[in-house]
Formats: sequence, C-alpha cells, structure tokens
Amino acid sequence: MAAGSNQPRLERRAAIRVLLAGRGDMLVVAGLGSTTYDAASVADDERNFYLWGAMGGAAMVGLGLAIARPDRPVLVVTGDGDTLMGLGALATVGVQAPPNLAIAVFDNGRYAETGMQPSHTDSAVDLVGVARSCGIASAIDISDEIALADFARLIQGKERTLFARVAIHADEPPRVLPPRDGVLLKNRFRRAIGVES
Amino acid sequence: MPDPEPSLDWRDQIFAALKSAEIRQVGYVPDAGHSRLIELCQGDPQIRAVSLTTEEEGIALAAGAWLGGQRCALLMQSSGVGNCINMLSLAKACRFPLTMLVTMRGEWAEFNPWQVAMGSKTQAALELMDVLVYRVEHEADAAETVAAALDIAFNGSMATAVLLSQRLIGAKRWVK
Repeated sequence: MAAGSNQPRLERRAAIRVLLAGRGDMLVVAGLGSTTYDAASVADDERNFYLWGAMGGAAMVGLGLAIARPDRPVLVVTGDGDTLMGLGALATVGVQAPPNLAIAVFDNGRYAETGMQPSHTDSAVDLVGVARSCGIASAIDISDEIALADFARLIQGKERTLFARVAIHADEPPRVLPPRDGVLLKNRFRRAIGVES
Repeated sequence: MPDPEPSLDWRDQIFAALKSAEIRQVGYVPDAGHSRLIELCQGDPQIRAVSLTTEEEGIALAAGAWLGGQRCALLMQSSGVGNCINMLSLAKACRFPLTMLVTMRGEWAEFNPWQVAMGSKTQAALELMDVLVYRVEHEADAAETVAAALDIAFNGSMATAVLLSQRLIGAKRWVK
C-alpha cells in the first residue's frame, strides 16, 4: 500500500523508542536527516552510526556491517527519501541475505529535510513490494506499535533479513543533533564494539 | 606482503595482495577486465564477494565493513568511478580506509567513443574527491602498486584507487 492512503500512522519518536527499547547488543545505522535525529533522541549511543550525508547509502553501510559482524543484530533505520535514492541496494541486500540485518524505513512520503515535498512513496511506490521483489521475503508494512514491537523482537533473533516500512506522520519533532564529526563517530563506534583501531 | 611470484598472472598477483592485506569483503560490478579477479574472490571461502547494482553502493559497503572490523576492497570499471562521486564524501568525512581497483576504458585502443568521456576524467574525478590515485601501466608493477594502495589505505585511513590501464588489460574485442 502506498503511503498516500488514509491508514493509521505512528509518531516517529514513539516508533524509534519501540525499535530501540530492548536493543541489547544491536548495532544501528541511521540514515541522514530525520532518522539520525530520531536515533539520537533515544540516546546518543556510541553503537549508533549516524549518517549526515551519503544519501542512498544507509542500507549498504548496514550490509557491510552485518557481514562483518554476524554475531550482532544490525538495524538500519532510514527514511523513504534515502531508500528511494539507493533502491538498487535493496536488490544487493536481497542477494546477500544476511540473517542479522534489518531495515526499517520510516516512511512519511515526504522529504522532511528540504521542506516536506512529496516523495514517490506518497503516490505510486510501495516499498514493501519493492523489498519483496528484491528477494527480501520478510518484508512487512507496519502502522501500529504492537506490530513494531514484534518486529523489534524479530531483529534480535537474527534468523533472516528483515524489512519494514513504518508508516509515520509527516511532522517535524524538535531536532536532536548528535555529533557531526565523522571520524569521531567512526572511531567511537569501533571502540564501543571492541574493534581494534 | 611477500614478493609476488613472478610465475603468476598479474591478476593472480593482485589477488595475493588482497589476501595478504586481509581483505574479507570485495564489492564489484561485473566487468570483463576484472573477471579473473572476481572469480578468484568468489572462490575464496575467506572472502565475501558482493555483487553491486552500482559502484556507489561499494563505498558504503566498505564503510560498514570497516565499522564492523573487516577490510573491504572494491573492483570497478572507470565508468563506475563517476557513479561514486557523492558517496565518496562518506569516505572523506569519516576518513574510512578505501581501495578501489579500477580497470580503465576510454584510453588506449578504445573502440567505443562513449567510454572516453568518463575514462578521460577518471583520475581527475577521483583526485577532486581527494582520493590518492596510483596508476599501473606494466604487469610487473601491478601487485606491488595494489599492495601499496592497500597499505596506505588501511594503515593511514585514506581513500585510494589503483587505475589499471587499458594497455595493461588489453583492448576489448568487439567483433567476434
């Protein structure tokens, strides 16, 4: 179902809290813009890698990380704009199928960062359908907290590649800005998970 | 790295350099010039060969690999370098180590003029994004140049590229 329909929608900050509530040893890659602020709003955890650019790259950063660390659940949380810019990445993820990778797309059908212009998901594009067509069989549409909490538990299981399109309201809660220094973010992430520098 | 065995094909010597540098992930877009190297990577149980839909995916893949403690190298054609430009800001902003092995098109004995536009600007495009570029013209230099690029990338947190010249790879046969 494309985002434009009148389905229930979640508040994005409530949604990220549900996803990260019992994160355990989960590693998080946050897409540029609003999902980076969302992840930081829960806690500025050193095991979050925030993207401040590299649009279209969030899922692939998650893939490289998931392959490198099969012992850890890896969550990519990003927006519809970032996902649309790197749509081919879903095909690459579908082929690689790392069992410990989950991608949650917070879909408001808007480019919030640039003034709420409609994205392709607002009208024609169904990201769950795209993900399934790319070979990610466990791809679901989520618009309530119970389903989101179930999804968060599945991530911990590391049994198969997961994709969720999370329907969120097109609003802009107050920004929570984590550090922007990429070298700092990289080095503290590696240190936090015990990788030699 | 150990001295490359002179009896080996230069492509096998490059593979030995990747192994010696403990490369564990290799991102690639299928390419005739890299076909031997891609097959060697696919056949190695210690290496995860990741086929990409576009080269810029590889820049992000390599960043994720490094965050998780693995080393990743990328194989692409010169046309693919153009696809990477904005994504290289990820490597630059975070000083991610990166080595791109680039087979050149659009230079010596090119049949297809459409390859010349990107091929003639490949090195300049990389250097605009502050990627350190080495170039290989002769077989004897291939492995040690790749080894040098890997060394400065992973021990110095730098983005590097090795351009494998079209003369080295050989002209593509168009009429079979």
